Amino acid sequence: MAKPAVLTHPESLKRPAGPSEYAKNPVNAGMSKAEKVALYTKMARIRHFEQRCIRVYQQGKIGGFLHLYIGQEAVAAGTISLLGKDDHLITGYRDHGHALMVGMSMNECMAELTGKVTGCSKGKGGSMHYFAPDKNFWGGHGIVGGQAPLGTGLAYAVKYLGRKGSCICYMGDGAVNQGAVHEAYNLAALWDLPVIFVIENNGYSMGTSQERSTAHPGCLAKRAEGYGMAWDVVNGHDVYEVRARAAVALRRAHEESKPTVLEIFTYRYYGHSMADPDKTYRDKEEIKEYREQKDPVLLFEKELIAEKVLTPQKAKAINEAAMEEADAAAKFADESPDPTPADVTKDIYWEEDNRGPDTSSRGTIIFE
Amino acid sequence: MSYREALRAAMREELRRDEKVVLMGEEVAQFNGAYKVTEGLLKEFGPKRVVDTPISEAGFIGLGIGASMLGIRPVMELMFWSFSYVALDQIVNNAGNIRYMSGGLINCPIVIRGPANGGTNVGATHSHTPEAVLASHPGIKVVCPATPYDAKGLMKAAIRDNDPVYVMENTILYNDKGEVPEDDYVVPLGVADVKRAGDDLTIVAHGRAVITSLKAAEILESEHGVSVEVVDLRSIRPLDEETVLASVRKTHRVLLVEENKPFCGVDAQIAYLIQSRAFDELDAPIHRVSSVDAPQIYCKRLEDQQIPNPARVVAEALKVLA
Repeated sequence: MAKPAVLTHPESLKRPAGPSEYAKNPVNAGMSKAEKVALYTKMARIRHFEQRCIRVYQQGKIGGFLHLYIGQEAVAAGTISLLGKDDHLITGYRDHGHALMVGMSMNECMAELTGKVTGCSKGKGGSMHYFAPDKNFWGGHGIVGGQAPLGTGLAYAVKYLGRKGSCICYMGDGAVNQGAVHEAYNLAALWDLPVIFVIENNGYSMGTSQERSTAHPGCLAKRAEGYGMAWDVVNGHDVYEVRARAAVALRRAHEESKPTVLEIFTYRYYGHSMADPDKTYRDKEEIKEYREQKDPVLLFEKELIAEKVLTPQKAKAINEAAMEEADAAAKFADESPDPTPADVTKDIYWEEDNRGPDTSSRGTIIFE
Repeated sequence: MSYREALRAAMREELRRDEKVVLMGEEVAQFNGAYKVTEGLLKEFGPKRVVDTPISEAGFIGLGIGASMLGIRPVMELMFWSFSYVALDQIVNNAGNIRYMSGGLINCPIVIRGPANGGTNVGATHSHTPEAVLASHPGIKVVCPATPYDAKGLMKAAIRDNDPVYVMENTILYNDKGEVPEDDYVVPLGVADVKRAGDDLTIVAHGRAVITSLKAAEILESEHGVSVEVVDLRSIRPLDEETVLASVRKTHRVLLVEENKPFCGVDAQIAYLIQSRAFDELDAPIHRVSSVDAPQIYCKRLEDQQIPNPARVVAEALKVLA
């Protein structure tokens, strides 16, 4: 079992942010310049997509809940950039970053938010329910921790089918107190399943700090020890560190078919959702400190400029392009049609959507 | 062949037919099944295909649903459907909603099966009949076989189905014997079955209430000279409305029998169906016999009265015929 040197926070988080000590790690040193720029570009795209979402929400075009990923970009970017064809992923409701990382388009994501038929789920899922099974992305789940058994099942299927793959199952720090998560931990360890539970610890389960929600001091990942699982803690502001440490867990999944709990420390700049005024449970200074000193996109930009992979001009151009892409997505969503009333009762049953010689059931299945 | 053996035959045949079929649940493998439905299958198919799980319904049912999204076809045993309540988020929110929320991109070809009945003297926590609760969720299919023939045919249809199908069995029926073909057949979901033809009264039932109703029909015929037709729904969702309506048009009098509690039971839907589409065919108001509206009582003598029994069905039928 992995024995991290610290009980609570990654070592690198205890020092002021500076050049990444993981730049020379083989998974990062082995990246081409183009791959590094592409990774930076994806992080910038997540940032600008989410910022554009705020405006669309404020215009009243996005219903219900909108949970932003701003501040957490390095978690999805670092982990998903490592995945191969038999690696799958599933997450909770803060799912926009993962969606863009697997290659879903800003257009389909924005149109889903505004409930349009051109959305990734045809306007039937919303912000919390993005899916792209063709890209190994299995959602987008609204109930805290409810995706943990599903992710464990995806890993089970990968193993059953004899593939050398894995499933990364993301959750927030609020999910670790859900029973379903602990049941998933037990099954993953009991059956040696290639699953990586990533706790994206942004410090707050909605508006309740970790200190007020979670028994036993120390990191959340350490609970893995109760199940005999390997665990690690990771600085989620440094995308190189995320890649380096997630790669270890991924190797464990691929080579040994063993699970890991990775707790990645991160921070969200906005409220739990857009419905959260964010005024009662943390102070503005805390947010300011993270924005100015630990911003994952800015830190990676500095890193790449120091490596001479990127210039400030090139970074500016990348950000401007991402903003333009997000603007275009908002326009696309605006101009897209709603689903029709007839669409409401479609996509419920596979059988109803695929009537043919292979389907046998009869009778009434959608009722008036 | 018994109802239990018929279920086992269905699973054995499907395990042989498709290597993606996996049986999973508490005590299904080494223990041979809490109710011996899966007896011998571990020995025949080995531990990759027949898998013991911990007592962890939310965990293993969710795992099965996740595996089904990648094309595995898990057949998950709940020792009792009553235990589904600790896994309801997985059973309803995940299996039932994923296809819709993904705009049709994903399907869950999973079967969840096990007994869902009272009448066994075990108290309220182990005696739930959640077919109406679960069938009220679009995205989910629910079947309730009453006979060995239907148990095998519906189970095979369920395993081959590409949507989540929840099969509700009955421990009291496990030893019931009946004719079951050795060969491959399915009973399609959504097809009701006229278990007994008659002219004077239609009884609509599902699950063990069918057997109870058939016994009542015998009494009604021999002691009261009444010819009773018994329609077995077999499948709750999809629902064969036409077979029910055809029988109503034939007899013009209806009694609905189910082991659910009355409030929002399956028969509330059936009564609505009949009044909306065959109102003019009715010569008398529709009556119902369901379980007495209380949590399941432990005391066996009273539980036997709480659940519909032939005497209660006969008494209510005579009211419809009066």
